[in-house]
Amino acid sequence: MHRQIEFRVNGNKVVYSGDPLTRLVDVLRDDLRLTGVKEGCGEGECGACSIIKDGRLVTSCIIPVGACLGSDILTIEGIRDTEKGRCIVEAFRDGGAVQCGFCIPGMVMAAYVLLSSNPAPTDEEIRVAISGNICRCTGYDLIVESIRLAAERGGALWQ
Amino acid sequence: MPLTGIDDKVVRVDAEAKARGEARYVSDYVLPDMLYACMVRSSVPRARITGIHLPELPEGYYFISAKDIPENGRNELWMIAKDWRCFADGDVRYVGETIGLLVGKDRNILRYLQDNTRIDYEEGVPAVTIDDAIALKGGPIVGEDNVMCSLFCEKGRPMKDVFNEADSVFEETIETGFQEHVHLETNGALITEEDGRYVIYASAQCPFYIRKSVAGLLGISPEDIIIRQTTTGGAFGGKEHFPDVLCGPLLVAESVIHKPIKLIFDRSEDMLYSVKRHPSKTIFRTALDKEGNILGIEGTIYYNCGAYLSASYVVLQRGVFHANGVYDFPATYLKGVGVATNTFPSDAFRGFGAPQTLFAIETHLDHIARRFGFDPAEYKSRYFIKKGGETVTNGHIIEEVKLPEMLSRLAEASDYYRKAEEYGIGSGRGIGISFYNHGGAFTGNGEQAIIKAHARLVKEGKRVRIEVGSTEMGQGFQTALRKIAANTLGIEMEDVDYPNPDTSLVPDSGPTAASRSTMIVGKIVEECAKEMKERWDEGDFSVEKEYVHPEGHPWDQDTFRGDAYLGYGWGAAVVEVEVDRITNEVNTVGIWSCHDIGHAIDELIVHGQVNGGIIQSLGYAAMEKMENRNGHFRQESMSDYVIPTSMDFPKQEWSLVDNPYQWGPQGAKGMGELVFNGADAAYVDAVERALGITVTKIPIPPEDIEEALENA
Ligand code: FES
Ligand code: FES
Repeated sequence: MHRQIEFRVNGNKVVYSGDPLTRLVDVLRDDLRLTGVKEGCGEGECGACSIIKDGRLVTSCIIPVGACLGSDILTIEGIRDTEKGRCIVEAFRDGGAVQCGFCIPGMVMAAYVLLSSNPAPTDEEIRVAISGNICRCTGYDLIVESIRLAAERGGALWQ
Repeated sequence: MPLTGIDDKVVRVDAEAKARGEARYVSDYVLPDMLYACMVRSSVPRARITGIHLPELPEGYYFISAKDIPENGRNELWMIAKDWRCFADGDVRYVGETIGLLVGKDRNILRYLQDNTRIDYEEGVPAVTIDDAIALKGGPIVGEDNVMCSLFCEKGRPMKDVFNEADSVFEETIETGFQEHVHLETNGALITEEDGRYVIYASAQCPFYIRKSVAGLLGISPEDIIIRQTTTGGAFGGKEHFPDVLCGPLLVAESVIHKPIKLIFDRSEDMLYSVKRHPSKTIFRTALDKEGNILGIEGTIYYNCGAYLSASYVVLQRGVFHANGVYDFPATYLKGVGVATNTFPSDAFRGFGAPQTLFAIETHLDHIARRFGFDPAEYKSRYFIKKGGETVTNGHIIEEVKLPEMLSRLAEASDYYRKAEEYGIGSGRGIGISFYNHGGAFTGNGEQAIIKAHARLVKEGKRVRIEVGSTEMGQGFQTALRKIAANTLGIEMEDVDYPNPDTSLVPDSGPTAASRSTMIVGKIVEECAKEMKERWDEGDFSVEKEYVHPEGHPWDQDTFRGDAYLGYGWGAAVVEVEVDRITNEVNTVGIWSCHDIGHAIDELIVHGQVNGGIIQSLGYAAMEKMENRNGHFRQESMSDYVIPTSMDFPKQEWSLVDNPYQWGPQGAKGMGELVFNGADAAYVDAVERALGITVTKIPIPPEDIEEALENA
């Protein structure tokens, strides 16, 4: 049964009419061409497809679009040019957090959610916050340091 | 003008676009009128195909198979060997072998067609393990003995004499398992046509390998195919030859359908149906005197190659050449045997055969040391090879070996000797140590005789473009190479470009593999840049050069004698663990490493490589279990095959010793694989000491530790 599903993506109204069981990641990537959202596993295990839904970090590969009715969704495309988004992206760049990059948009989203609620996290808190995001390249140390760098540089931005 | 110095801290060139989600990976490409493809694969490991039953194909849907290879084409993928078929034809030799490609517009319909395709088989008995292969289970798969490749090398006095004089002989068998790459971007490729030429966009390490490998399918020449590398989301060897297995069928499909076609594996396909690290089994027999001194070591090394040879012979060679680790023993005899089984072909994986034997020798030496009551670090350090020392291939170490300095630095940083003394065996706490190396670039004179790498610099106004076939796959090469060029030219890094390679535009620089890119391609770029700098005022021009091998280093590829490598990276690692005595959960509490990579081109990139390589190695030892039952891999998702998360290992301490390499660009040697080669053994050493157990097989997840404790 098809019905119209209305929600917001990066501040824009979206009306989806199709199978409500379609995965949100497919709607974002294929229909809306928001390809900064990556698919690494398709089963909620790797975090590459992480987005923010109503303020919470979620994996878009296990959410049916039907569950997004009335939701406010943010993807990497929606935050990268905001002050906070830029702060994280630049910290990742300068801190050496990025290797192959495939996990990185999801990591940026995880960092964004973390710093928005905890402006000065400890390393342990950072590790917990990104524990749902798998990175095969970096061994995580420089990602952790870069998130700390974003917290330090951002300062009041995160308060 | 601010110039880029080699020790300047620079910003990684590809970082921002990747972090902003703007970098385009192959799955992000959409071409007009594009179709999708999915594979029809064998579901049994060994069988004759007796029938293929397809559901009715809707209009615009195709099934492409061996029958679509034209008469002047050959059903083979030309990797290093040519035995891997593009499409199974008549029989299948492993689960997941490509039988055909379904192509069409709608992915849901393709999935339906795939689910409803039935293949009839007449099944044989599969050989899955090394032991199965040796026992010729189900009859030989290749030849009469299942041996796909073998070699040996020997050094010092005849083994017979050595063993005659021994006071004792210590023999043990050490095994390592499959390892899956889990590059976070799965395999994928997209084919189209432009001006009468085939164009393939691929997530790949070696664009020139692909065109060589697949051209023969259509009986065309490699130049008729253009490969464009797309931003590659990790590779680790898994995208060295394996992209051929996607691009071959796509090329055949394109020759029939003439529309853009995209093939992207989902994670479970990538996990079940892609190449893995070779499982290994090494049997060491070591001749010892009364005091526990080593008189000689004999090793027999088996690698499970899977159903096709592909690159296995070269992997095996590297395994054998690294089987004495960083040591100079008076006499050695090493034999390597690659066996055929009905499993997915094993292939390149960071370290390329060296990690298996390095793990084996390190662990073996730990066990000998403990038997005779020596500290493993002290014991091993007696045998450290030195400059001029004879290698297992009767060549010599050309560079200064700084292992003693590395050991003392590492011991100090980790407080190794105190902890080793204080934590008793079986106390629940343990500290372990390992030493390792990695020969840079291709074996022997391969760079000169086989690869003949080229690189080109093009000057346009004040900008310089690097044209090489080498690829960025996350290791930071685009940044490192620009830095080398800018520094040599005396210009800013921002004025140097290095686009992803397109095989119609750049010369062949050889594969991006074997830790050769910085050492070899970086060196050619440096030479090009030197000439360009001299001629800078000549206007716009380009400089292209071929690799020149340093003279005076004999190598015989038939007998495997001589200088196997002109330079090695060296490493040492310490790992400290605490074990929960109730759950047997191992908690790693400290990781220290020290490496000699010549002179680092960029410390931040090196930092990331060290961290990532070590965590992969610890995953290999501690948790990454990939089992194969009756030819089927049992782990098919990231929840079954668990790789390290941010919570599994603590922050690392690391350091470098500076040891500029005479033939590398600005003193650099390769390092991408080195950093994978040793933390596994240090971890196992620590776990053994903490629990008082003997480990001869990795990985050792908690359930296997339990078993070891019961056996202890
Ligand atoms: S792709 Fe969604 S969690 Fe991996
Ligand atoms: S940078 Fe490659 S997976 Fe994280």
